[in-house]
Amino acid sequence: MADQQKSKQNLTDRKPCLSGRGVTKVFGVGNKAMTAVDHVDFDFNEGDFVSIVGESGSGKTTLSKMLLGLISVTEGEIEFQGKPRDISSGAKRKEYWKNIQPIFQDPFASYNMFYKIDAVLDDCLNMRGFKSAPEEEKVRLKTEACSFVNLKYAELTNKYPFELSGGQMQRLMIARIFLLKPKILMADEPTSMIDACSRATILDMLLKLRDEVNMTVIFITHDIGLAYYISDKVYIMEHGKFVESGPAETVIINPQADYTKRLINDVPKIYEKWDLDTVARN
Amino acid sequence: MKNTIKQVFHSGKFLVGFIIFVLILAICFIYPVFVTYDPLEMIGAGNFYKPGTYVSQEEAALNEGYTLNMDASESRLATALGVEELEKMQEYLIKYAGIAEKDIDVTDTEAIVELWQQNYNPDMKAKGLTSAKRKAYRRLDASIENAMKSSGVIIAEEDAESGELKEAKTIKGTGYVNTKDIVNKRTFILGTDNFGRDVLTELVAATKVSLRIGLIAGLIATAVGLILGLVAGYVGGVVDNIIMFLTNLFTVIPSFIILILISYSVGTNARGVMMVAFIIGLTSWPWTTRSVRSQVISLRNRDHVNLSKLSGHSMFRIIFTDILPYIASYVVMAMILQISSGILSEAQLSMIGLGPATTKVATLGLMMNWAMQYAAHLNGSWWAYFPVVIVIALISFSLNLMNTGLDQVFNPQLRD
Repeated sequence: MADQQKSKQNLTDRKPCLSGRGVTKVFGVGNKAMTAVDHVDFDFNEGDFVSIVGESGSGKTTLSKMLLGLISVTEGEIEFQGKPRDISSGAKRKEYWKNIQPIFQDPFASYNMFYKIDAVLDDCLNMRGFKSAPEEEKVRLKTEACSFVNLKYAELTNKYPFELSGGQMQRLMIARIFLLKPKILMADEPTSMIDACSRATILDMLLKLRDEVNMTVIFITHDIGLAYYISDKVYIMEHGKFVESGPAETVIINPQADYTKRLINDVPKIYEKWDLDTVARN
Repeated sequence: MKNTIKQVFHSGKFLVGFIIFVLILAICFIYPVFVTYDPLEMIGAGNFYKPGTYVSQEEAALNEGYTLNMDASESRLATALGVEELEKMQEYLIKYAGIAEKDIDVTDTEAIVELWQQNYNPDMKAKGLTSAKRKAYRRLDASIENAMKSSGVIIAEEDAESGELKEAKTIKGTGYVNTKDIVNKRTFILGTDNFGRDVLTELVAATKVSLRIGLIAGLIATAVGLILGLVAGYVGGVVDNIIMFLTNLFTVIPSFIILILISYSVGTNARGVMMVAFIIGLTSWPWTTRSVRSQVISLRNRDHVNLSKLSGHSMFRIIFTDILPYIASYVVMAMILQISSGILSEAQLSMIGLGPATTKVATLGLMMNWAMQYAAHLNGSWWAYFPVVIVIALISFSLNLMNTGLDQVFNPQLRD
């Protein structure tokens, strides 16, 4: 806990890792144009555990895909490590992807069901430059990664993804991140398809990753309570805009925006009557 | 993979279709092993000989033969005298010979013929017996006389030197020949066609060629459709627009019209079996492209594809490992339909005379074309076209049944 306090104190000292100015994404043209992300500014520093909180359809996943470089940015600029991000060619994109990796919401959809799970881990080793490493070395690295997420590699090898449980699949995704050790981890609601017990384990693993390799974790969630417990910084997103941002404690204890207040009120509390009056009726 | 195949063969529909198709295929390969005649040998000298066994007349006549105590005239009478003739005889006997109706039994051929022979008078003149009618009765009498004849036929041989005819053998009405004793004979199970070719042998050869055309056309159409669909769907943007523009162009103009135009412009000399297969394949890809494209579009934003991208895989690798396996079952189904429609297209093209311009090989469509040109459907030579229709129907039925079966296996919503 003391460590965490310390890390929160020197939040401002950290080097900027990923920042954006006026980042916008518009889908469609003309009458059908739909602005999913609307001129957002952000600064994610190295080693930050940042949460982006918002309800369904607020543009969280679109923003994450833009940050990952999977979809183009309509307007605005994204800076990576202080310099404008350049992913114009395939080689540059490949280089950028060594620094940013995702964990997706649905572990069942994250695997190619026609290939054994070894293929996923081998891809990571190839990306890290272990392509021609001896087989024992590869197995050692894979075993290490699996044990980091409490999985036994010997039991998983030669299995197909559909033979694993959802929790195991998601943990294996974290093992993948452990192998890749990217600078930024983009976790897009990684716990929403997982039961409460596995959720705690997975969050713990994400925190461990952050502490061990000074990874920047961008955690996307709709659960503001969860965001409060784990993050350094919180960005509240409503209809494609950031309505509030700042250190987690400031934002959640002293919310300024109405939307944040509503989000906080919507969290059911165990010893209180759930106040449904604030639920948006539109 | 093993499980999928097992599951596929558990589907009744697929199994029935598969068995029919394999049987047709097996016949195509096994039949020529036993029947080694050239399928296009013009063995008959006339048009459309009906199905049956043809034995050498000379051999039958000169054969030693056997005597059977079986009156040949009786069965000959039965075939010569139909219901119409018997009614005519009854009418004559009642009207002009004055025999009471109750004494005549129309069902007893022998009795009525006996009555006829006793009472018929060719020179009789009576009221109402016009000359036309009298002539008709004379013809009837002659045919009865002919059928009753059992006097025997004399076979004569010409003397090489004197040129005189010498009696060699007399054939009696009770003389029979065992077909096993005759060496020169040939059975045409489905008769012969307009060129005097054995229809069954020709049909087997034609089925083989048609299946080959269907397979080549189906493979080409599926390959072109698949590649264009994958590229259009995955790459998107301008490439997608260009490919879809082309595809829409081909879809809007009925592909059969394009098929006819290409087939016509290629010219008679170049229009071989392979050329026709290519033309069919190159005009029938648009709908495969469209459906593959839409499947790819729904796949390309899946998380596993994104993850593969982020792992630094190239576009080709992603298409082949992350997209193609997911649509493989669909592509197989599309190919089965393409093969079936390829065979039908060939038949259609050949029917209107734009199929393979060749007399070296037969195809199912060409057989239909020949039968139609020589008016087989008008002169009652059903054996020249009906078996062809049945084979075409069976092939496309079995392929479509296989497709439906596969659809039920791969599409869980259709499972019952």
